Amino acid sequence: MTASELASDARPGLAPGVRLTFDKARDRWVVLAPERVLVPDETALEILQRCDGARQVDTIVDELASAYSADRSEIEHDVKDLLASLIEKRIVTA
Amino acid sequence: MSADGGVLSPPLAALLELTHRCPLQCPYCSNPLELERAKGELSTAEWLRVLDEAAELGILQVHFSGGEPAVRRDLTDLVAHARRIGLYSNLITSGVTLDKPRIAQLKEAGLDHVQLSIQDVDHQTAAFIANYPGVQGKKLAFARMVKEAGLPLTINAVINRHNISRVERMIDLAVSLGAGRVEVAHAQYYGWAIRNRAALMPTLPQVHEATRHVESARERLRGQIVIDYVLPDYYARQPKACMGGWGRQFLNITPSGEVLPCHAAQTIPGMAFESVRHKPLAEIWGGSPAFERFRGTDWMPELCRTCDQREVDWGGCRCQALAVVGDAAATDPACAKSPKNATLRALADEAASQPPPDFVYRRMTPHDSKPALAVTTG
Repeated sequence: MTASELASDARPGLAPGVRLTFDKARDRWVVLAPERVLVPDETALEILQRCDGARQVDTIVDELASAYSADRSEIEHDVKDLLASLIEKRIVTA
Repeated sequence: MSADGGVLSPPLAALLELTHRCPLQCPYCSNPLELERAKGELSTAEWLRVLDEAAELGILQVHFSGGEPAVRRDLTDLVAHARRIGLYSNLITSGVTLDKPRIAQLKEAGLDHVQLSIQDVDHQTAAFIANYPGVQGKKLAFARMVKEAGLPLTINAVINRHNISRVERMIDLAVSLGAGRVEVAHAQYYGWAIRNRAALMPTLPQVHEATRHVESARERLRGQIVIDYVLPDYYARQPKACMGGWGRQFLNITPSGEVLPCHAAQTIPGMAFESVRHKPLAEIWGGSPAFERFRGTDWMPELCRTCDQREVDWGGCRCQALAVVGDAAATDPACAKSPKNATLRALADEAASQPPPDFVYRRMTPHDSKPALAVTTG
């Protein structure tokens, strides 16, 4: 999937077998997936924490645009880009 | 402290070999030739303590493996405990002993993921490789039950000269079973596989063709399934970062509780391994001479120590250096810079050019080969 194919009303959630959890020993958030441990950067974490299968992509964009007082179209581009890449890696489903 | 002077990080994952008992007899099994007996296995209470120590140390993922881990009747209790203390749990299984109620219990206990091995798509060859009649039918039924239970599934196919022409069909089988991920892994030649090297080794043209099939499947199935591909060392030009580097990210615990930097480490002479029965896991990770031996870069021969890839491949595989060069501290012969790289290639070419000899099937020594499934532990 490319970012442009990701519908604005899709409701992304973590894929089966994927957990977002706080790693106390290393004081950071991690994504646990089959045979993989990913360390999300700050932006990715903000997005992943909103991938609850309920919020729509649009809602996630709105929330982040408001939280960062940033340009909405720029945020939308970043969010969709990241989600498309995570969907291809089967970390996120939508 | 690690050898390079930095602070030693805790391991990310642990491979827990609950037992060496297994109904299958695959000739490339990663278990040692000297299989451990049921009576030496850690008890349920000991494994529960090990899980606590693992989580405390900072381990994030545990892989319940074997042998066949489901031979242990306490598997569900161990999975439930792992979940309770926040560990991500993966079950690495042959799939032939678990029925629907036990799969449901594992799901209920909080199992995160199932990894099912397959030998082939062809039923006859699969039975031949596992030395287990009807094995494929059981595995397919198991895979369906796993999906019905709502558990995510990875298919793991070990590639060798008997099944290499069907790599593409194995990937398609994984897709049709609803797997989210498939591991296409050429046999790794340690343990039983090195014993069966001539019976398993494909030719270089076969490997190239398999690689092309994997690459085209990745394109064709983009977004449908994740395909991980493990290249065969014997035809490699660059060594793999075995275990992500010795004592850097992983540890392995044997059925009787010995803690190893990798599952083949016991083949290296002169190494003393410590047991969770006698020491806390954190102490073993941080201070065991076996973990210190090849940790970091200080132990490396000149060739590796001066190489710009030293912190990429971490010197490759110690067990392979031992098996092929005769020295565990030598440069991995899978590296093109190794003076033994040509030897490794010649060993592969020679093995693959002959008709395959019979398998030496993985099994315990005859006097202990009572039906494994009749024994319960825990």
